[in-house]
Amino acid sequence: MTGPPGAGKSTLVEKMTALFRKDGQTVAIVAVDPTSPYTGGAILGDRIRMSSLFCDPGVFIRSMATRGSSGGLAFRTREVCDLLDAFGKDVIIVETIGVGQAELDVADTAQTTVIVLVPESGDGIQAMKAGLMEIGDLFVVNKSDRDGADRLMVEIQMMLDLRPQCEGWRPGVMRTTASAGEGVDELVRQIQGHRDYLKKYGILGRLRKDNVRSAIVDLVRQRLEEKFWENAGIRSVLDRLAEEAAGGKMSPYQAFERLLEAREQNGMKPSTNKEQSDHVR
Amino acid sequence: MSRKLRILIAKPGLDGHDRGAKVVARALRDAGMEVIYTGLHQTPQMIVEAALQEDVDGVGLSILSGAHMTLFPEVMKRMCEEGLEDRLLFGGGIIPGEDVETLQKQGVGKIFGPGTPVQAIVDYIHETVRVGDV
Ligand SMILES: Nc1nc2c(ncn2[C@@H]2O[C@H](COP(=O)(O)OP(=O)(O)OP(=O)(O)O)[C@@H](O)[C@H]2O)c(=O)[nH]1
Ligand SMILES: [Mg+2]
Repeated sequence: MTGPPGAGKSTLVEKMTALFRKDGQTVAIVAVDPTSPYTGGAILGDRIRMSSLFCDPGVFIRSMATRGSSGGLAFRTREVCDLLDAFGKDVIIVETIGVGQAELDVADTAQTTVIVLVPESGDGIQAMKAGLMEIGDLFVVNKSDRDGADRLMVEIQMMLDLRPQCEGWRPGVMRTTASAGEGVDELVRQIQGHRDYLKKYGILGRLRKDNVRSAIVDLVRQRLEEKFWENAGIRSVLDRLAEEAAGGKMSPYQAFERLLEAREQNGMKPSTNKEQSDHVR
Repeated sequence: MSRKLRILIAKPGLDGHDRGAKVVARALRDAGMEVIYTGLHQTPQMIVEAALQEDVDGVGLSILSGAHMTLFPEVMKRMCEEGLEDRLLFGGGIIPGEDVETLQKQGVGKIFGPGTPVQAIVDYIHETVRVGDV
């Protein structure tokens, strides 16, 4: 479940979960909220909308803070989902932070990505085309008790017409009023429909592979970067170079080259050659 | 890297004032903690279930309804039942000194009255919570 801040993701998750439970399925919810880049702290408030589920032993809710991850999830969300899967949860729902256009990690993590928009999103839909709108398997116009829901539905359909079509699946577009529970049954039906499609076309295995693949790429990025900075001296070299670059003596690119050199000379054995260093921002 | 502290801030009981709880939640966030905030009208069972699922280091209850002598012990009892007896339970609200004493004898931590500077709460959590394994 992803979409802009305040679109009603948590409210939808609560209502969907109630339906999955009625159907006898166990549910785990992983709800992500942003860490403040300034203090390192976070307020994890998605639970506020889910309190009707707290005492149901068939529902497990875990809140996570992004802790510096920029893709809309936390670094470990994927692993948490794997664990919940291993514990036998029938349905695992991931709620991302409120996203703009670039926080798209969920698409590599989930089997079905639901984009939650609100009537007011209409103005931004052009801008969203090149990101959020491309990863949706299903589109929900929530808060459709407000004006503009129909227009947005049409705009989404038009956008989908322009998107490369894939065999066997055209994303459904539906309206909900999560706060009143309206339309949620249709959403759950369509999620199950998407799952049937994934099975029928043998896509689950490929998704799983993509999933693992991007997990490995993430690890490369994280571990190489950690390695790069692990020598205590390197930070002070960075400070010095930053000062020089800020004073106009060199460009950030030159400073970067010098940083690499300093690291090699100092016996800070580089774990990267030139090519790999492109990954080490 | 030090482990992030995770604190549940909960508002049990029937009164609808969560301003204090929100102020504390923000202060803890600004001190670098991860604060799980669950909203109004939480029962002890809801609070302890959330604490368990979220694996928090501490639980802070904001109680203004006067029901503290039932709510604190009830939460405490359930925390012990769920194996959370090593987690900090603390609180805030208007609570008479003798009640505070009684509660602390039962294992409840500090209870902060109105007007407490939030920094005192931040310091208390840092001093009290186990920061064992990373
Ligand atoms: N009018 C109206 N309000 C709604 C609807 N669904 C949710 N809301 C309200 O919208 C607000 C935000 O809802 P949330 O479910 O917290 O939204 P969210 O997308 O999870 O928000 P973040 O996690 O902060 O990004 C709440 O006040 C909800 O009660 C709806 O269908 N109609
Ligand atoms: Mg939310």
